[in-house]
Formats: sequence, C-alpha cells, structure tokens
Amino acid sequence: MKVVLKNLTKRFPGRRKKEPDVIAVNNFDFEIPDGKLVGLLGPSGCGKSTALNLICGLETPTEGRIFFGEEDVTDLPPEKRGVGLVFQNYALYPHLTVRQNIRFPLENLRGSEKLSKEEMDAKVEEAAGIVQISRLLDRKPSEMSGGQQQRVAIARALVKVPRILLLDEPLSNLDARLRLQTREEIRRIQSETGITTVFVTHDQEEAMSICDMIVVMKEGIFQQLGAPQEVYENPANLFVAKFLGNPQINTFEAEISSGKLVIAGEPVLNADHISDGKVFAAIRPEGFIVDPSGPMHCELKRIEVMGRDTSVISSSSASLDENIRSIVSEDISSISGASSVAFSLKPEKVHIFDHDTEERIPCALS
Amino acid sequence: MKKNNYKAWLYLLPAILFLGIFMVYPLVDVLVYSFEEGYNSASQTFFGTGLYNYSYVLHDPYFLQAVKNTFLIVVITVPLSTAFALLISLALNSIEKLRDFFQTVYFLPYVTNTLAVGLVFMILFKKTPYSDGMINLLINLFGGESVDFIDGPYWAKMFVMCFYTIWVVLPFKILILTSALASVNKEYYSAAKIDATPKWRVFTKITLPMISPMIFYLVITGFIGAFKAYSDEVALFGTNLNAAGMNTIVGYVYDMLYGNSGGFPSYASAAALILFVIVLTITCINLMVSKKTVYY
Amino acid sequence: MTREKTGKILIYAFLIIWALMVLFPFYWMILTSVKGYGAYNSEYIPKFFTLDPTLKNYADAFTAVPLAKYFANTVIFTLVTTAAMLVVIIPAAFAFSRLDFPGKNLLFTAFLALMMIPNELVIITNFQTITNAGLRNTFTGLILPSVTSVFYIYLLKENFEQIPENLYKAAKVDGTSDFRYLTKVMMPICRPTIITVTILKVIECWNSYVWPRLITDDEAYFLVSNGIQEIRENGFGRENIPAMMAAVVVISVPLIILFLIFHKKIMEGVSRGGTKG
Repeated sequence: MKVVLKNLTKRFPGRRKKEPDVIAVNNFDFEIPDGKLVGLLGPSGCGKSTALNLICGLETPTEGRIFFGEEDVTDLPPEKRGVGLVFQNYALYPHLTVRQNIRFPLENLRGSEKLSKEEMDAKVEEAAGIVQISRLLDRKPSEMSGGQQQRVAIARALVKVPRILLLDEPLSNLDARLRLQTREEIRRIQSETGITTVFVTHDQEEAMSICDMIVVMKEGIFQQLGAPQEVYENPANLFVAKFLGNPQINTFEAEISSGKLVIAGEPVLNADHISDGKVFAAIRPEGFIVDPSGPMHCELKRIEVMGRDTSVISSSSASLDENIRSIVSEDISSISGASSVAFSLKPEKVHIFDHDTEERIPCALS
Repeated sequence: MKKNNYKAWLYLLPAILFLGIFMVYPLVDVLVYSFEEGYNSASQTFFGTGLYNYSYVLHDPYFLQAVKNTFLIVVITVPLSTAFALLISLALNSIEKLRDFFQTVYFLPYVTNTLAVGLVFMILFKKTPYSDGMINLLINLFGGESVDFIDGPYWAKMFVMCFYTIWVVLPFKILILTSALASVNKEYYSAAKIDATPKWRVFTKITLPMISPMIFYLVITGFIGAFKAYSDEVALFGTNLNAAGMNTIVGYVYDMLYGNSGGFPSYASAAALILFVIVLTITCINLMVSKKTVYY
Repeated sequence: MTREKTGKILIYAFLIIWALMVLFPFYWMILTSVKGYGAYNSEYIPKFFTLDPTLKNYADAFTAVPLAKYFANTVIFTLVTTAAMLVVIIPAAFAFSRLDFPGKNLLFTAFLALMMIPNELVIITNFQTITNAGLRNTFTGLILPSVTSVFYIYLLKENFEQIPENLYKAAKVDGTSDFRYLTKVMMPICRPTIITVTILKVIECWNSYVWPRLITDDEAYFLVSNGIQEIRENGFGRENIPAMMAAVVVISVPLIILFLIFHKKIMEGVSRGGTKG
C-alpha cells in the first residue's frame, strides 16, 4: 500500500498568545512507494514524529490530504486506517502478559470483524512467530529485555495485519549491540511481511543501513527522498550533504573562476557547465588522496589510525569547520612529521552548492 | 473533537452533580443563612437580613465557652503532639529491629472508631461509686487523691480531653514524620560523620531543616484538625457537651442545628463561618511563618 | 556497658512504653468485655486479668440492644457509599487526566479550591436539603452527601497521569475506546491506588459519626458510631460496662482486621496525603 502525502501541513499554535505558530510539518508533498521500508530521517525536533502521527491519525493535519493507495484517509480515526504503530519506549501494557498484549488489539474488533477465541490465539501465535518470541508469550513485559519488549511491540502492531506499519524511533532505547541486532530484525520482518513500513529515526546510520528509501527533513520542511546511497551520493542541498555520512562531509568557502573550482586560492578541480562566482564546496572524507603533487595544500595537524581506517586531520583557511577530516588508504609515511599535506581530490566525492540557497549546483567536475 | 468534548463532560457529570449539590450550593447557602434573621426551619421564613445572627452567637455564653475550650485544645495538643511525634519518630528512625512492628502498632489508633475507643478512655478515667477507675488507682499508688476526670473539675476534664486528642492524632503525625526522616538522603549523615559533627548539631543543622516542610505541614493540618474537634469530646463526655461544659465550636454548630437546643440553622451558619474565618486566619499566619523559616 | 548500648536500651524502653500506651485501651476493652457483670462491679480495684472469662456480654450486646442491626446498617452504608464513590471519582479522574476539553484547567482549579472547604461549613445546608427532601432516616439521605471526595479525585488523577501517554496512543491506534482503555488499561495499572482509596473510604465510612447523627434519629438506621453513643447513654442501663465493652469490641474488630491485612497499603496511602477528618 503506497502512502501519498498531498500538501500536508501541521501547525501548532504558539505557546503564548503572541508567539507565532510552530509549523511542525510544512507542505509535505511526496509518495512513499508500496512494500518498501522507508526511513523518515532528520535531527531531533524536525517534525518527523508529527509526520508519523499524521500518517497514523493521532494528529489531524491543518491542511492537505493523506492517501493510502487510492483511499483518502485524512478524516479517518486511527483505528479505521489499518495502521500498526510501535513506540520508542515500546508502550506495552505493563499489567498484561505478552500474549495479552498482542491480543489486545484483536479484542477491540466488534461486529462482523469480531474474532473467535481460537482465531485470536492463532493470530497471536502467528505474530509472535514472525518476531520470534513464541517462547516468551506468558511473561510480563517487566521480565524481558528491551530488545524483546520491542519485538512484542512489533508483534502487537502486526497482529491485525496493518496496511502500513509505523515505527517511531524504535531503536533509541536499546543499547548499541541490541540496536544492531534489532535493526536487522526489523529489516527481516519487513521483507517477510512485505508491509509498507515507515521508520522514524534521527540516526542516519540506522536509516542508511536498512531502509529501501529515506526521506530527509529539516525543521518541518521536506528535503529529499531517494534510495540511501543515491541521496548520499547526490545530496540535494548542503544540509542533506552534512546530515548524511559519518564522519561528516568537509565544507569549504570556494569560488568558481573560469572553469576551475578554487579553494583557498588554489584551483583544485576543473568545473564545467557552471558560471563564475562564490559557492560552497563539500568534500566527503573519502574524497581525499594524499598526493605530494596534489593541488590542494593544507596544514597537517595529526594522523589518527583506528583499525582499518587512517584519518588525516588537517586545516585550511577556507574550511568552514575547525578540522578537515579525510580518510585515506594510501601509504602516509611520506607526510608523518611534516607540517603540511597535499591532496588531490576524487571528483565524484566533491559537491558544489549555491552560496545563497545552499542548493546543489549540478556540474561536471574532473 | 466535538464528540470528545461532550464525552469528557459525561465522564465528569456525576462528580459535578454531587459537588454542585452538596458542596458549592451549600457554600453559598450557608452565607445566606448566616445573614437571615429569625429564620424558622418549619415555615422556612425569616424577617430580616443583617448581622444579628453573628451578634447573637458572639454573645452566647455557650459559644464563648466552646471557643475557650477549642482554643485550649488547639494550644495544648498541637505543639505537644507534634513534638512527641517527632521524638517517637526519631527513636523509631534510630533502630532497625522491630521498627516495622512498632510503626504498625503506633498506627493502630488511626483506623479505630474514635467513638468506641473514647468509651474505653472514659471507663479508664471515670470515678464511679463502685470504683475509682484505673487511672485513679495509679494516682493513688503514687500517693495522689482520686479525681473524677469525666464529671469532675474543669482542668481534669480538659486533661483527659487533650490526652485523648493526642492519642488519636499521634498515629498520623508519627507516620508522616517517620517517612520524612527515612527520606532524608543518607549521604548527608555520612558527610557529617566524616566532619565529626556532634549529634545535636547533626539534628539541628541537618535533620530538622530537611524535615521542616513536613513539620510545618503537620502543624498546619494539626491546627485545622484541632479547631474542628468534636467527636472525641462526644466520645468522652456524651452528646450533651454544653452541660458538661466541654463543648467545642463545631459541637456548638451541630447543637444549634439539631438536637435538644437545635433548629437554628442561621446561628449554626454564623458560628460555622466564624470558625472558618478563624481557621483561615491561623492557616494564613502559619503559611507566612513557614515561608520565612522552612528550608526547601 | 558502652554509652551507645545504654542509649539503645533507653530508646527501646521508650518505644515499648508508648506501644503499651497505644495497646492498653484495646487490652482493657477486650478484658472488660469478658468479665462477668457481677465480677466487674465488685472490683473496687480493677484487676488486670480475669480467671473467669465469659462470652455472656457478647450475647447481651446482640440481644439487649440492636447491635446486629447497627452493624448491618454500617456494612450497607460503607459498601454502597464506597462503591458509589468509585463510580463517581474514577471517570472524573480519567477525564481530568486523559481527555482534552475547553475549560479543563479552570474546572480542575475549581475542584482543588473545594478541597479547602471544611465539611462543617456545608453540612448545615446539606442537613436542610436532606431534611426538606424527606430523606431523614433513609439510606439515601445517609449516603448521598458522602459520595464524592475531591481529594480522592485528585489523588487518582495524579496517578492516572503517570501512565505514559504513548500507551494511550497505542491503544487509540488499536481502536480501543476511551471506556475500554480506562477499564482495561488504566484501572488495572492504577489498582494499588484504587485499593488504597477504597480502604481509606471504608475506614472513613465505618467511623463516620457526625452526619449519621444529624440525619438519623430512628434506631433502625443507626450506624455503629451512633449505636455506641446510644448504648452509652440509654442502653443496658448505664452501668453495664462489660456489655458496653463487648459492643465496642464487636464494632472495632472489622477495621482492625482490615488494618492487619492491609496495614502496608493503608499506611502508604495515608502518608501519601490522607488526613484525619
């Protein structure tokens, strides 16, 4: 089931009378394709949870419509939309056993949808089987680990076979090891069930690793939608470029001058199809090559070797950050102890952004 | 949204109905009553409005006696019971074995019917033709004269009164103070120990300031409770408190309302409002004092 | 012997003495209730024990005065009032804690303000209201004004609010109605508080004296407190103290049993904000 958002806007009134309204979701207009695992990604407070609440019906939009497939669900209450929701802190009913928790949504069904006891039990077993907690059905939530509780929450969301599964920061309360495990688990469950799943997170690594598609947002405004690698390689603007990737992309004040990209007075790459003027240049850490004859000269600060990665930390007057962090794979013995380092750049790892709008300027670098 | 609104009011409806009829309306009504002169319960008529009811009550010797009794009870029992509760709580806090047992025993009077236990106290203190009673036996043992605490001199009656009141209010105060003491962070005491702080200094400089909000809470509720003393008096001296000279303000209100001398809701209202003003004033004074002295 | 040890002994001695002071009236009440009428009246110096216990006083207490009737009345009064209170306060607390409606804060503030109003102030009108409605000497008249308690609504609302909001959202997404959420999720989770409130109300009802005294003068509707007062002033002839004590024991026992079973819950509930009276 695809989800279509049309001009979706949610405004909250300002806390005091004179304060302006807070626009949590600003004119969302995009489509989440059927059967995919989609990550809704952005820094905390960017309105991603509000977007999720709008999709599941806990909030009503100020403007715009929401469609599930061809059906307009904007005015439907949550229970009529056929969604499953999983919370960051699991929101399991503490006084009920796992079995009772999973069965709870089924017991709400009335009229023609009403299930017999046997049907309910079968469905509970099935949902528990999908998330692999069949052995734990008679425990109370307090007797389980965070990861197990999250599986129960997912089972409870799945038991009614929702059209859309919504996950609100489902991994944030887990420790690092469980987080890795559980995200694989979510990927597996989504693949097995084929249910369109929206996954809210502020952790780009989480989203990048398991999602088929990601939606990046900032302060209520939609930034970009695409496959994770595609967004990483072709960020729509400086914010997206900076938000994705760890370590962060390095940003520079730069200039286009007669077909050259100039950083700190040095022409570093050829730039075609672009007019002269001030720009921002952003270079991924893996875009640097230590090369004594390279065009870009920086002051060398230190070298960090961590396992398989070697990072060269340097600085430049044109850099917008304190440090330039580059991850290199070449032999670096030539520069150890030196006070400066020269780089050549991989053109596909360098992006140019408009100095005013911060939008990416498509151009051919070489 | 609209639907939700009306549902919320539906959930609140019973509570609002009950509170409206039995609390809000009476509150307005009691004011009205207190200014209606010569109100007649039977015919529900009155012949004027004014301050006569207040003036009558304030000149009624029974009321003045009740005020005197009430103030004596307040002034004697509130400080004594609070101090004694603090002493017991400190003792409880300093032991480990049997603490729960003692706490449970001390709380017992809270759940018992004060009318019923009051009867036991009456028997213990009463002097009858057959027996001088338990307490007089003890007094005799120490060479004292027997006194009738229930029908005898005023000071004796006031003594039993206060004794019983303290016995009744202590459980609550002990409970509150022991939990307050238990919740003082142990690290303060460890820190004080490392500094070799003397015990009385630990008490006055750490313990007392830390539990002072609770002490003030007890003093305030204690004042309010003591001003409303009534059923403990009935338990000891019977329903005809005026005859025993042991009436309280609340007792006066009820006597005016109903009973042998009853049928005067206007006087009762005036007396109740006078009591309310007294309690409000004292509570405000308490709050102002506590703002100045309580450490948070 | 060290100073510390002496101190400990003194503290225990002090605590034991006070424990005896607390327990002595109960002992005396039971002791007197099993002394024979003749034996009691012939003791000029009261004895601290009896070698000849009798249950005749208990038989007297139930036959000479309608103690069983008082007892039954109080049970009915307590059960109905407590049940009615729960029916009234739980939805109110739910509305305040979970539902949104205009004027909610204002209304809640008004409720809180009512907590300051002493019972003495409103009882006068209530007496008139019930009398004028012809409800004197009826259970309805006894029960109605005792049903609500702003304080318990407040206590319950605070407890309800501690349940994470996400639980409510989860339930909404699952299509749970407000009423089902209240009964299947909130009430079970807050069961300890509801039990505490129930017990406190039961104690309050069992011991209530003032209102029943005002509103009943027919013995058929007396509660135990009024019954005890009636016995004291008119029953048994004034001097049958052992029978009186037997009656006192009978009416005290239910609460003492309740206390022995639930003392942890009761003490916890009271220290969370109960006050006497």
